Amino acid sequence: MSTHQPPMPQAPQAAPDWQAAPGGPYPGYTSPIPVVRTNLRHAITSEWTKIRSVRSTMWTLGVFVLLVVGIGLLAAAVVSGSSSEDLGGQNALSLGFFGLLLGCICIITLGVLTTASEYGTGMIRTTMVACPSRVRVLAAKSIVFFAVAFVITLATSSFVAMTQVSMLGHSARTPTGGEWLKATVGVSLYIALLGLLSLLVGSVIRHSAGAITIMIGAVLAPLVIALFMFSSQLEKVRTALFEYSIPNQMSIFYSNSLGDGGPSGWDPLWIVLGVTAVAFAGACALLEKRDV
Amino acid sequence: MIELEGLTKRYGDKTAVDDLTFTVRPGIVTGFLGPNGAGKSTTMRMILGLDHPTAGQVRIDGKRYQQLKDPLTYIGALLDAKAMHGGRSAFNHLLCLAQSNGIPRRRVGEVLDTVGLSAVARKKAKGFSLGMGQRLGIAGALLGDPRILMFDEPVNGLDPEGIHWIRTLMKSLAAQGRTVFVSSHLMSEMALTAEHLVVIGQGRLLADTSMADFIRANSRSYVRVRSPQRERLLDVLHGAGITVVETGTGALEVEGGKAEPIGELAAQNGVVLHELSIQQASLEEAFMQLTAESVEYHAHSDSPPVPQEWGAGWDKGA
Repeated sequence: MSTHQPPMPQAPQAAPDWQAAPGGPYPGYTSPIPVVRTNLRHAITSEWTKIRSVRSTMWTLGVFVLLVVGIGLLAAAVVSGSSSEDLGGQNALSLGFFGLLLGCICIITLGVLTTASEYGTGMIRTTMVACPSRVRVLAAKSIVFFAVAFVITLATSSFVAMTQVSMLGHSARTPTGGEWLKATVGVSLYIALLGLLSLLVGSVIRHSAGAITIMIGAVLAPLVIALFMFSSQLEKVRTALFEYSIPNQMSIFYSNSLGDGGPSGWDPLWIVLGVTAVAFAGACALLEKRDV
Repeated sequence: MIELEGLTKRYGDKTAVDDLTFTVRPGIVTGFLGPNGAGKSTTMRMILGLDHPTAGQVRIDGKRYQQLKDPLTYIGALLDAKAMHGGRSAFNHLLCLAQSNGIPRRRVGEVLDTVGLSAVARKKAKGFSLGMGQRLGIAGALLGDPRILMFDEPVNGLDPEGIHWIRTLMKSLAAQGRTVFVSSHLMSEMALTAEHLVVIGQGRLLADTSMADFIRANSRSYVRVRSPQRERLLDVLHGAGITVVETGTGALEVEGGKAEPIGELAAQNGVVLHELSIQQASLEEAFMQLTAESVEYHAHSDSPPVPQEWGAGWDKGA
């Protein structure tokens, strides 16, 4: 059966059974396991297993829910317990801001850990060996993380918003449908995208502590620096820093802003979407170029 | 089959892998030998598509690694025992690998059984000993039942039982017709497992030969003779036409010869012998001779330290 076999100068003359096996010009063992042409779906399933099977995911998301719900209910309780004065024409939804501002640090941390922790542990080599398409790995991580972050933030912020509105129903203005949408879906999309940006920064920096520091700095530094810009020559810079700082952008989802100009309405979402898209392209380019 | 063609990797001025060309064939265990820092791991990372070669290429069964759609069913690799997230259980670690390659879930249980980790499948990997981590890494390599297996220093840190287990495993995998490529810096270890040998030093190919040929060419035997009447013995041996090598320690060495004629000659001439013994140069010595010029980190080396990538040292403190 091996008489018409093409000559294999390098193959040793042994084990004729594997020479007859399929495998083209490359003889050897043939596995009974069916061969599958993998695609993005396989990578997403794999990343979902990864994200749900480490305790840090549960911890960061648990702390996130505690912060958002705890601070949100506390703020509502303080406001409703104080005088009978109303919220100055505001609706009760805006009280959800404080919890989310703190909570977004958890989402940033989880985003960074999704990519950077693989570099810390060496898991990234195993991951990239299993899936040689590096962009597919990053895309799968992004999709899984974004879905998890959005669903958790939406559920938590919606719960807090409903509770606050019902607690302050007598003193605050009833929110409109548009305000509801921005204070739940809008701000959740914004925070999930902020987390996705952190994931991409984690992929570029490849170090958890470094990437988390950069992201928290990006959230807080512009606002803090602007606070201390007393000279009038810097007035324009100061205003821009206030208006485009991430806390202010989040506040815009509740129709509050530190300035009159700057972003308004759904603008913050488009800003973070653009920045994240640029970061994704940059992270992909670096991933392809660098050694793992 | 793994085919390397002019594979080269440079980091700045430093050449880690220098124009490597060789083929790793199926059906046998191929040993990949070299001193520490010779470029073995870098070569293996380039085979797996982790590092980009500066020049040259690698083919896995005729394909580039990036072209493999389900790489784990082609090639399974153990790079280092701790290339995994410590917080994940052994089962989940293997499950996420299986899912990324569309490998059936039942394989996870099967390979855990093969490596003997079924009892700790739900335990976190960070609680594993080095040997258990090594076994989990091997389970990951076997997951896709691949035609090619690659192990980087698999016996490092293993107890004798574990070393024996890995040797047997590698031989049985090769006997099934798979390609088995295993790196080591221990010649003695390779002599027991590998049928073919690829030796590198400072990134350059030093030998690509069958183990039998290597042993034949390098296992030198000689007779060592010591005598208080050294000059007299030399005269006698020279007179009989026997070539003698004088060593610094005062002993004489006779290449390849047998002990009996030397003893008889000494007795006939009344020379007192203090030692007459047959010596076998070990393969370890042969390997050290082969790589002597290319060992990068001599104990007395005063070469400057290799600059680290920015941030590379952070992990150690964390």
